[in-house]
Amino acid sequence: MTRTKQVEAEDIIAITGMSMGDIVDKIEELSGQNVFACYQCGMCSAGCPMAEEMDLLPNQVLHALQIQDPEAMTANSMWVCASCYSCQVRCPKGVDLAKVMEAMRQIYLRKQLDHVSLNGLTHREIRRLPQIAIVSSFRKKTG
Amino acid sequence: MEKLTYFPGCTLKDTARDFEISGMAVMEALGYELAELERWNCCGTVFSLTEDDLMHQVAPVRDLIRAQEAGSEEIVTLCSMCYATLKRASLFVNGNQERLDKLNAFMNKEVDYEGKVNVVHLLEVLRDRIGWDAIEDRVSRPLDGLTVAPFYGCTLLRPKEIAIDDPEAPTVLQDLAAAVGATPVDYPFAVECCGAYQVVDHRDIVIERTHRIMSAARRADADVVVTSCPLCHYNLSDTQKELVRTVPDYKEMPIIYFTQLMALAFGVDAGKIPTALRAKLKRLQPAKREG
Amino acid sequence: MAKDREDGKEMVRIHVMGKTYSVPAGLTIMDAMEYAGYRFTRGAGCRSGFCGACSTVYRREGDYRLQFALACQTTVEDGMYLVQLPFTPAPRAKYDITKINPNENVLLQYYPEIARCVSCNTCTKACPQDIQVMDYIQSALRGDIARTAELSFDCIQCGLCSMRCPADIKHYHMAQMARRIYGRYMSPVPEHLEKRLQEIEEGKFDAELDRLMHVSRKELEAAYAARVREKAPAGSERSE
Repeated sequence: MTRTKQVEAEDIIAITGMSMGDIVDKIEELSGQNVFACYQCGMCSAGCPMAEEMDLLPNQVLHALQIQDPEAMTANSMWVCASCYSCQVRCPKGVDLAKVMEAMRQIYLRKQLDHVSLNGLTHREIRRLPQIAIVSSFRKKTG
Repeated sequence: MEKLTYFPGCTLKDTARDFEISGMAVMEALGYELAELERWNCCGTVFSLTEDDLMHQVAPVRDLIRAQEAGSEEIVTLCSMCYATLKRASLFVNGNQERLDKLNAFMNKEVDYEGKVNVVHLLEVLRDRIGWDAIEDRVSRPLDGLTVAPFYGCTLLRPKEIAIDDPEAPTVLQDLAAAVGATPVDYPFAVECCGAYQVVDHRDIVIERTHRIMSAARRADADVVVTSCPLCHYNLSDTQKELVRTVPDYKEMPIIYFTQLMALAFGVDAGKIPTALRAKLKRLQPAKREG
Repeated sequence: MAKDREDGKEMVRIHVMGKTYSVPAGLTIMDAMEYAGYRFTRGAGCRSGFCGACSTVYRREGDYRLQFALACQTTVEDGMYLVQLPFTPAPRAKYDITKINPNENVLLQYYPEIARCVSCNTCTKACPQDIQVMDYIQSALRGDIARTAELSFDCIQCGLCSMRCPADIKHYHMAQMARRIYGRYMSPVPEHLEKRLQEIEEGKFDAELDRLMHVSRKELEAAYAARVREKAPAGSERSE
């Protein structure tokens, strides 16, 4: 299995050492974005090519962060986001959601909780992948 | 022959070799040499998005230093992921003395980066410096009758500050296709994401993306999809093989790099061209194709 | 820095894992530590700069940087802070070189972490052999096995690169694999070696070996002393 397990809500504090309030502050600090600027127009989710695969839609992730709902940190959304920036070019409030998603990933990755397991990749899988895919995946999903 | 300081990136030396071969050939035909940097490292492929992370800027900035060492204030890339990473890194540090000082102090074995190198994509060179007319003049085998669906992907157009064209309604690939005699088509997925690096651990998503993108191109009567991103190229072509096996009546769509499209029209080395496209061209240009 | 004198010799102060010693100037770090009473049961080997067993970390007084070297090749300086690294716990991939498919991603297959390289160049700075370590990692990443083998040729497997790497890359093991693949699948087979192997197989040297197996120890020693030595090419002496 390439992917590691999803985090459960009750484990967030043990893993990160932070409350949801601290996590939201940290996300704002790492991303340089104001998550409260979002007024839930839904443009990001309407244009997101990965929305269908996400437990929480992009706009819902921002809302969950606004109300410190742990689901923001347990949903698969941050890992499914491909930093394609469709949301950023469309956001009327200028929120760089790709940066918010990256900050969320970093909360876990900086605790050495990798999302992609290097040892889980088989030789066959690596052989068929171009370096560009492997490097970017490891950059986005390993700490 | 005018020299352009060229940054290839890892994938153009491996799975995307045809991109480099055709790129070199068409640029030579237009009177330009893509002069590869003597030393370079992987740009990192994706731009680091956290404010406090300078470590992941070291790789792209080191490449900017290589250009500076080569006496150039410009790097030209073919790979659109390299373009975005290097371009964003240049915007991140150029003119920001605090970041430059930190990075220069860390890279104490390198000459100091002065913050002057600009990053451009080959499509910008073609459009803004060479121009569509000059490209049209160089065409020896016009691709009349060939219908081309441009696939921009993400990194040429987004985020806004690095877009080489209108992020929502770009035309550069259409204009290029028209210049070489082909017919560009509009279809709804031209600027969508292929799933990128999700192919490593969410391959299912990329298969689904490919299905939609390719079906839309097919509905627009495209003969070929043209891209500038080696990861889009890989994702679309590799997962298509799975679609051919699993989806009834799915017909494989050829995918090539924009430089290959030009090389076909110029009659220079285009690298490996998918058989279906070769066959199509043979039908379109029976008299002009030798041997 | 004040230097002591003992028996007319110039002495320098070194700090080994926090304890200060006075040792004669001009000794290597390894000799100095032995002079100070340390005994190496690990982390010492050829004492000639070839085996890579004596990785050492030191810092000069007043310098914020850590330095990396081989203890047997580096002379002590006054005020050095020293520690030995007897072992690098880096995993090494298991493979059968005869069964490997030498494709462009083969190094990534066995050492996927090379894709995590951030080009920080810390490995190169740590290398006591002055190898362009980061450059060979980059060559490996883009599938250039020949260049990886060539750039890493002087590696003595001390492991300092891997101890310092923020991306947890196992440079030296990966490079060794690259050189093995290069040797097995890519470098041209030397004709003289092929010829000599054939001669051995055909028994050309059997009689000579038989004779040597039955001579006395004294005769053997005399033969060894009188052996023909190849002259070193001019300018090839190793300098410190």
